[in-house]
Amino acid sequence: MAYAESAHGHDDHHDHTPGFFVRWFLSTNHKDIGTLYLVFSVIAALIGGGFSMWMRAELMHPGVSTMTLADGSPDGHFWNVVVTAHGLIMVFFVVMPALIGGFGNWIVPMMIGAPDMAFPRMNNISFWLLVPAFILLLGSAVIGGGAGTGWTIYPPLSAAGPGGHANMAVDMGIFALHLAGASSILGAVNFITTIFNMRAPGMTLHRMPLFVWSMLVTAFLLLLAVPVLGGAITMLLTDRNFGTSFFSPAGGGDPILFQHLFWFFGHPEVYIMILPAFGIVSHVISTFSRKPVFGYLAMAYAMVAIGFVGFIVWAHHMYTVGLDVNTRAYFTAATMVIAVPTGVKIFSWIATMWGGSITFETPMLWAIGFIFLFTLGGVTGVVLANAGVDLSLHDTYYVVAHFHYVLSLGAVFGIFCGMYYWMGKMSGRQYPEWAGKLHFWTTFVGVNILFFPQHFLGLQGMPRRIIDYAPEFAGWNYVSSMGAFMTGLSSLFFIGMMIWTLAKGRRVGDNYWGEGATTLEWTVSSPPPFHTFEEQPIIKEEQAH
Amino acid sequence: MADSHAEPKHPFHLVDPSPWPLIGAFAGLLMAAGALAVMHAGSYWLLIIGVLSVIGVMFGWWRDVIREAEHEGHHTKVVQVGLRYGMALFIASEVMFFSAFFWAYFDASLFPKEATGFIWPPVGIETFDAFDLPLLNTMILLLSGCTVTWAHHALLHGNRKDFIQGLTWTVILGAFFTTLQAYEYAHAAFGFREGIYPSTFYMATGFHGFHVLIGTIFLFVCLFRAKAGHFTDKHHFGFEAAAWYWHFVDVVWLFLFAAVYVWGG
Repeated sequence: MAYAESAHGHDDHHDHTPGFFVRWFLSTNHKDIGTLYLVFSVIAALIGGGFSMWMRAELMHPGVSTMTLADGSPDGHFWNVVVTAHGLIMVFFVVMPALIGGFGNWIVPMMIGAPDMAFPRMNNISFWLLVPAFILLLGSAVIGGGAGTGWTIYPPLSAAGPGGHANMAVDMGIFALHLAGASSILGAVNFITTIFNMRAPGMTLHRMPLFVWSMLVTAFLLLLAVPVLGGAITMLLTDRNFGTSFFSPAGGGDPILFQHLFWFFGHPEVYIMILPAFGIVSHVISTFSRKPVFGYLAMAYAMVAIGFVGFIVWAHHMYTVGLDVNTRAYFTAATMVIAVPTGVKIFSWIATMWGGSITFETPMLWAIGFIFLFTLGGVTGVVLANAGVDLSLHDTYYVVAHFHYVLSLGAVFGIFCGMYYWMGKMSGRQYPEWAGKLHFWTTFVGVNILFFPQHFLGLQGMPRRIIDYAPEFAGWNYVSSMGAFMTGLSSLFFIGMMIWTLAKGRRVGDNYWGEGATTLEWTVSSPPPFHTFEEQPIIKEEQAH
Repeated sequence: MADSHAEPKHPFHLVDPSPWPLIGAFAGLLMAAGALAVMHAGSYWLLIIGVLSVIGVMFGWWRDVIREAEHEGHHTKVVQVGLRYGMALFIASEVMFFSAFFWAYFDASLFPKEATGFIWPPVGIETFDAFDLPLLNTMILLLSGCTVTWAHHALLHGNRKDFIQGLTWTVILGAFFTTLQAYEYAHAAFGFREGIYPSTFYMATGFHGFHVLIGTIFLFVCLFRAKAGHFTDKHHFGFEAAAWYWHFVDVVWLFLFAAVYVWGG
């Protein structure tokens, strides 16, 4: 964590912002591209979140009410399509664009005192590839009855054979992932190069802000995990259309191979979604405790450790496929090891708050909410890490509750946390504090009503990915749906508030959070000039850890 | 835009706004839509348009990069270091892409399934003799690795004639390799659709062959640029990137040769 010696005029006013089309469509500016990512993410969240509202409405009561065929019988395939679209949209088009594309682009160059990203033009194709990818993904949900494969696209369900998907929906989904994957890989190359090559003089790796560390680790995970998914879905594509047998036992192939390849990508992928949130939360906790982060180096290397171990635990998603007992013992042990660096982070955040002059502005509420709920999701993760326990909990709502606690209540809380923390910096205007707090509390209560009962449902044996359920599960499903609607309304309120803020919010100065906010983005104006740090600051002193 | 600024006070390259990312992304969409049309409607014209647009974008985009590097002097020492990181990281991601196909190969070959008669190579598959054409191809690629190094050293010593000669030989050897692979495919005793052995064989060697083709084109562009007087002994990362890429496809081939042709044959 480093100070700039002085906050002198970085806004040399020879900004010539280009015209509308050039600025927003042909951009090579990290802040504008970051804004595009954030706007894209909000639009995708409305669609992906709309799907979740629809699902909770359908599950509110036993029986099938809205998702029916023409003759009134339940359309289970359509349910699967909605589940699939919800999952893929939230992962690839909401969380990743917001945290990595949005905040990463906006904040990383400013935090390291760089004038832009290393490859500004490539940065823009990383964004624009998401638009065709999203078009293809939406196509995969509507064309030919849609792809009802789940986001994991396991064959034989995703294959073209009997019981699979013969039409082009799954192929569209595969191409959507190819384009989104290319976007991620190029973005990862860009972030790593930027962070290694463009830090201001004096900013050694060990003085680098934790959000930058989190993006560095995330980018490495993307770089090494996404190509494996690319290979897997390419094999799926040729199995479906060109007669190869990778995942077909009839030709000597192996459907379990796909699960291995998918989760070799998929497990790092969940850390890709959470690590940037770790970075944001560290800054917010430190800012509003008015103390440097406790155990800075341990915090940085805990993320490196999580990233590394994240590559060698993938088969804990596959305990029920018939892995031998030694394999399951290994993956159980390796998975539990992740709790150690994660614990380092949780306790260091608490230690950062300890003895600090804490104030509870909106970003701080989200950060504390994050710590609380992410820990809860982490604890159920340790439960699920046990191969024996998982045999009975696999594919139940317990798993749904677990991964929504770490993603919906972890990663998404991280997004909101960053949004409230940097909104004033990015737009120059500040949201009304009461509205931020109202949004926080309604969301916090809403998501807990939504997801906490799902633990009970899972322990009672309610399977996931199913359109209807036994009447015994009715009570908690009703409660869960109520929580979902509360969260949905709260999210609409958030969008309204953000639009209001952009138009009429209170104007703020360079560092509106005061002495606790010490990173370089607080030394430039709000909003920052079109180009920041055309003269790199010199980092001279280190914050005392 | 960067040029209209006063002298920049940092060594980085702030690139001007460019149409290529936007067009490139939608050219990618055209290509994907074209592939869907091929697979589900048997129509090729959309794919052809898509591929041509992607190639067009690549041409325009890299022409801009070469102009910025060669004629406008934007690629300072620091920018060149960034390009090195970028290329090395890209190759790392390519390694992971190939590891997916090797994973499929070893899954099938180390744990042969019922459909292959529980042995590898599978019952009824007549494999290639590794020490026939594949060995020749290995020699060709290794030799091309030598000629590209010869070209590099010639460039470092300011010997343009040898630089061009070394590059020319590398391109010829690359093309020779691809020709021999095509010959091998044409004379294979097993078809593409005949089970897991052909699946892993053709997809792994096929993606490798495709990468050889890309590497050959990359080197050919460098040859063209060398003849146009581009590259100096101090500033020639475009060529080095092509050489790195070439060594990368070379190493992938060595693994394919050892695992697929020798051990698995």
